[in-house]
Amino acid sequence: MFESLTDRFDGILTRLRGRGRLTEADVDEVLREIRTALLEADVEIGVVRKFTTAVRDRCVGLELSQSLSPGQQVIKIVNEELVAILGGETLQIRYASRPPTVILLAGLQGSGKTTASAKLARWFKQQGRNPLLVGADLQRPAAVEQLQVLGGQAGVTVFSEATDPVAVATAGLEEAKRLGRDVLIVDTAGRLSIDEELMDEIRDISGSVRPDYTFLVIDAMTGQDAVSTAEAFHAALTLDGVILTKLDGDARGGAALSVKEVVGRPIAFASTGEKLDDFDQFHPDRMADRILGMGDVLSLIEQAERTMDQDVATKGAAAIIEGRFTLEDFLEQLQQVEKMGSISGMMSLIPGVSKDLKRASESVGDSQIGQVKAIIFSMTPRERTDPSIIDGGRRVRIANGSGTTTADVNALLKQFKDMQKMMKGFGKGGMGGALGGLGGLLGRGGPKMSPQAMSDMASQMGGSDLAALGAGAPGGPASPFTGAGGGSKAAKKGKGGKKGKGGGRVTPKSR
Amino acid sequence: MDAALVTAASDALIAVAVAVPVCLVAGGVAIATRRRGRGTDGAARSDGADAEVAGAGRMTAVLTPRATPEVAPAPTAEPAPPPTPEPEAEPASYRGRLGKARGLLSGYLGAVRAKGRIDATTWDDLEEALIRADVGVGATDALLDDLRGRVKSGEIDGPDALVESLKGDLVAMLTTDGSGLAVVGADRPGPVEGETARTVDVWLFVGVNGVGKTTTVGKVATRLTRAGTPVLLAAGDTFRAAAGEQLSLWAERSGADIVRGAEGGDPSSVVFDAVQRAAAKGQPLVLADTAGRLHNKVNLIEELKKIRRVSDRPPGHVTEVLLVLDATTGQNGLAQAKVFLDAVDVSGVVLTKLDGTAKGGIVVAIQRELGLPVKLVGLGEGPGDLVDFDPEAFVDALF
Ligand SMILES: Nc1nc2c(ncn2[C@@H]2O[C@H](COP(=O)(O)OP(=O)(O)OP(=O)(O)O)[C@@H](O)[C@H]2O)c(=O)[nH]1
Ligand SMILES: Nc1nc2c(ncn2[C@@H]2O[C@H](COP(=O)(O)OP(=O)(O)O)[C@@H](O)[C@H]2O)c(=O)[nH]1
Ligand SMILES: [Mg+2]
Ligand SMILES: [Mg+2]
Repeated sequence: MFESLTDRFDGILTRLRGRGRLTEADVDEVLREIRTALLEADVEIGVVRKFTTAVRDRCVGLELSQSLSPGQQVIKIVNEELVAILGGETLQIRYASRPPTVILLAGLQGSGKTTASAKLARWFKQQGRNPLLVGADLQRPAAVEQLQVLGGQAGVTVFSEATDPVAVATAGLEEAKRLGRDVLIVDTAGRLSIDEELMDEIRDISGSVRPDYTFLVIDAMTGQDAVSTAEAFHAALTLDGVILTKLDGDARGGAALSVKEVVGRPIAFASTGEKLDDFDQFHPDRMADRILGMGDVLSLIEQAERTMDQDVATKGAAAIIEGRFTLEDFLEQLQQVEKMGSISGMMSLIPGVSKDLKRASESVGDSQIGQVKAIIFSMTPRERTDPSIIDGGRRVRIANGSGTTTADVNALLKQFKDMQKMMKGFGKGGMGGALGGLGGLLGRGGPKMSPQAMSDMASQMGGSDLAALGAGAPGGPASPFTGAGGGSKAAKKGKGGKKGKGGGRVTPKSR
Repeated sequence: MDAALVTAASDALIAVAVAVPVCLVAGGVAIATRRRGRGTDGAARSDGADAEVAGAGRMTAVLTPRATPEVAPAPTAEPAPPPTPEPEAEPASYRGRLGKARGLLSGYLGAVRAKGRIDATTWDDLEEALIRADVGVGATDALLDDLRGRVKSGEIDGPDALVESLKGDLVAMLTTDGSGLAVVGADRPGPVEGETARTVDVWLFVGVNGVGKTTTVGKVATRLTRAGTPVLLAAGDTFRAAAGEQLSLWAERSGADIVRGAEGGDPSSVVFDAVQRAAAKGQPLVLADTAGRLHNKVNLIEELKKIRRVSDRPPGHVTEVLLVLDATTGQNGLAQAKVFLDAVDVSGVVLTKLDGTAKGGIVVAIQRELGLPVKLVGLGEGPGDLVDFDPEAFVDALF
C-alpha cells in the first residue's frame, strides 16, 4: 500500500548510503524529497510540515554513529517518526463488563462502512464472540439489503426496521440484549461532515446506544480532505479509532498518517479487499516497516496461523524441502493458501517480492485458481504424482473433465514444472538463508524473522523465470493466471457456487 | 536439509504461505510471457472470451422480442412502475452548495491579496492552497512556475493580478470543447453491410468502489427522462451485495426501465441483454451501471473491457464512458484515470460529492495530463443533485 513511498525513500537513501558523513545539504535534500513524497502520498500538508520538522530537528547536528551509516540513521529516524505518528501500539478491544459491547461506525458516503461492519462482525465471531449487526442506514437505497447479504455471508444476524435511524439503533440494542449477543455493531448512513442535520442525527444515535467504540471509516484513497473529515467526526462523536479501507488499491495511503495525527486515536483495523476475510487489525509498527520497504511479515504469519491447517502445511513444507512436491500437494496447499485471502493481498505482505510480481499477482483471481483446481481434480491420483504419464489422450480427458482446453492443461503442467524447479532451488540453496531464518522466525517472543530471510526466499524461488519477466506482464495475453477475461469457463463453473471455505462466501466470480 | 528444520508447525505455515503464492504467480507470469512471445495465443484467447458472450447472446435471442416478437418481456426485465411523483427536487445550485464548503482557501488567497506585494510567502500560500485542494505537486509546480516567469517578465505586477492569472489559467485549462455530453442518437455510424444497424446508444459508468456510480446513473436517468428521452438502465454490477436492488430503486425514482441479471452473473451479458431489449422497444439509450473496481485489479479491468466491447456491438453503440470520481480522492485519482482511460477509452469525468469539504482538485491534474474533461458534477444524494460542469464556478470554489 505504501509501495511508492517506499520506492521514494529507497531512491533517496540509496544515494546517501556509502557516504561517510551526513551534511546539512544532505538533510535538506532528503527533506525536500520526503516532503514531495509525502504530499504525493496524500499526507495532509500540515502533517507533512510537522513530520519534516521533526525529522530535521533530529538529523541536523546529529552525532554520526560509527556503527550505522548516515543513510541508515536517517532511515531509523524517519521510521521512528512514522511510528510515532501512526501510533505506538495496536488497539486492544476491551469488552464491556455489561454486554453488549457496542460499536458504532461512521464516515463519508462510500467509504466502506457497511462492508467493514460485516467484516467486523466476522472478526468478532472469530474472536469467539456472538455479534449482532444493526442496519441504521435508511438513507441509501438498498443499504439494509446490502448489509443483510453481507451479514448472511458472515453468518451474523442483521437487525433493522423501517423507522428512523435513531429508533433502529435503540431497538437494535434492546434486541441484542434480548438475544444475549455480546457485541453490537451499528452500520450508519454515509454523511458529509458539514451536513449539520445528519451530523446531529449520528450524535443522537451515539447518545442512544452509548457506543464503547466509535470508529471512523476512511478510504485509503482520500486526499487532503481526510483531516477536515476526521476533525469534524471526532468533534461530534469523540472517535476511539479509525478503520482504513481499500488498502488493496495502489493509493499510497497518506490519509493514514493525516488522520492518525488529527484524531490521536489508533487506526484499529485495515480493510484490504471486498472479501470478508480481507480484514485485520492494523499494526502501526508494521505499517512503518512497510513504508520503509520491509514488508509486513507479521501480518502474513498471523493470517497464516489463523486460517491454515498446521498439519497440512507442515506436510507441504516437508514436501517442498525434500523436493518431492507433487500436484497433489500443490492442490492441497493451494486450498490452504486460498483460505488466507486474495493472492495479491498476500504477496503485498511478503518482503522482497518485486513490483512486477506484485502487479502480476493482482490478476490471479478466484476464477484462475478455480481453473487450476478443476484441472487437478480431473486427474487421476497417479497423474497427480507423476504428471509425466499425461499423454495426448489423457490431456483431452482432463480438459474435458475440467471444462478447460488442452492448452490450459499444458500451461498448468508447464507451470507446475517451473514451480517444482523453483521449489527445488529454494529447498537446496535457499535453506540456510531462508528457512533457516524461518526457524527463528516465530521464536516465541524471540526476535522477528529478518525480513531479509523472507525476501531471500521469495527471490530465490522467483529465480530466473522472474528475471525474464520483462515489463508489463499484466494485461498480457490470458494464461491460466493472467488476463481473467479468458478464464471464463472456469469462472462459469465456479458460479455454481461451491461454498467458499472459511468465509462462507460464495464466490460468484473472479474478485 | 531435512524435515527436521520445519518441525515448528508455524514455520511450515509460513513456508507454504510464501512458496505457493510466489510460485503460482511467478509461474503464471512466466507462461504469459512465453505466450506473448508466440503472439497469437492472446488473440485466440480474447476471441474465446467474445465467443462466450455470444453464448449470452444466444440466450438473449430466445428471450428478446427481436427473435420472437410476441414473447413476453425477458424475465430479467422489470417493467418500470408508473413514474413516482417524486417531489421535483430543487435544481442543485452549484455556487449555493459549494458555498457551504468554501472559506478555507479564501483564507490563503485573502492573505496573498492583502499583502500588496509578491514575495516568498506569496508563493508558499498559493502552493499550499493548491495542494490542499488536491491539485497535486506536479500540476501545482507547473502552474506556479509558469506564473513565476510571468511575474519576472513584468506581465503580472501584483498579488491581485497574480491571483486572477492563476484562476484564469485554471479556468482555461478546464474549459474544453469536449465537455458536453454526447447527444443521444447523434452521429451513429451508418449501417455496415451485413451488420445490424446501431440504434441504441450506451453510456457506461465506471470507477473504483464507492465513488457514486450507481447514484450518478440514477441522476442521469432522472434528468433524461424528465427531458423526454426514454432510457433503459442496465444493472451491470452483479457483484456487490444488493447493487441490483439499489439501481432498481433508482429506476423507480426516475421512471426508467431496468434490466437486471443474476447476482454473480456475467455483467457483459446483462448489458448485452439491455441493449437487445432497448433495440426491441425502440429505446434510444442504455445507461449501464458497473461494479466498483480498483484500477490495479487486472482481472476486473479485463472484465470491464469486455463489457465495453460487448456494449459496442450492433445494435449497441458506446457514446459515453464516464469515469466517476469522488471529490475526496487524492493523488490516486490520476492513476485511476490513466488506467480506466487506457482500458475503456473514457470520454469524460463525473466529479461527485462536491457538496462536501473536498475540492476535487485532482481533476486539474487529470485534465492537464490526460486531457479528460469533467462533464458532470454531483452535489448530493438526491435525484436532482447533478449539474453540468462549470469551470468558473469550480475554480471559484477551489479558492
Ligand atoms: N454527498 C454526496 N453523496 C453522494 C454523491 N454521489 C453519491 N453519493 C453517495 O455515495 C455513496 C456511494 O454511492 P454509490 O452510487 O452507491 O456508489 P458506487 O460507485 O455505485 O458504489 P459501488 O457500486 O459500491 O462501488 C452513496 O451513499 C451515495 O448516496 C454526491 O454527489 N454527494
Ligand atoms: N477494493 C475494496 N473495496 C472495498 C473495500 N471496502 C469496501 N469496499 C467497496 O467499496 C464500496 C462501498 O462500500 P460500502 O461498504 O457500501 O460503503 P458505505 O457506503 O460506507 O457503507 C463497495 O463497493 C464495497 O464493496 C476494500 O477494502 N477494498
Ligand atoms: Mg453503507
Ligand atoms: Mg454501485
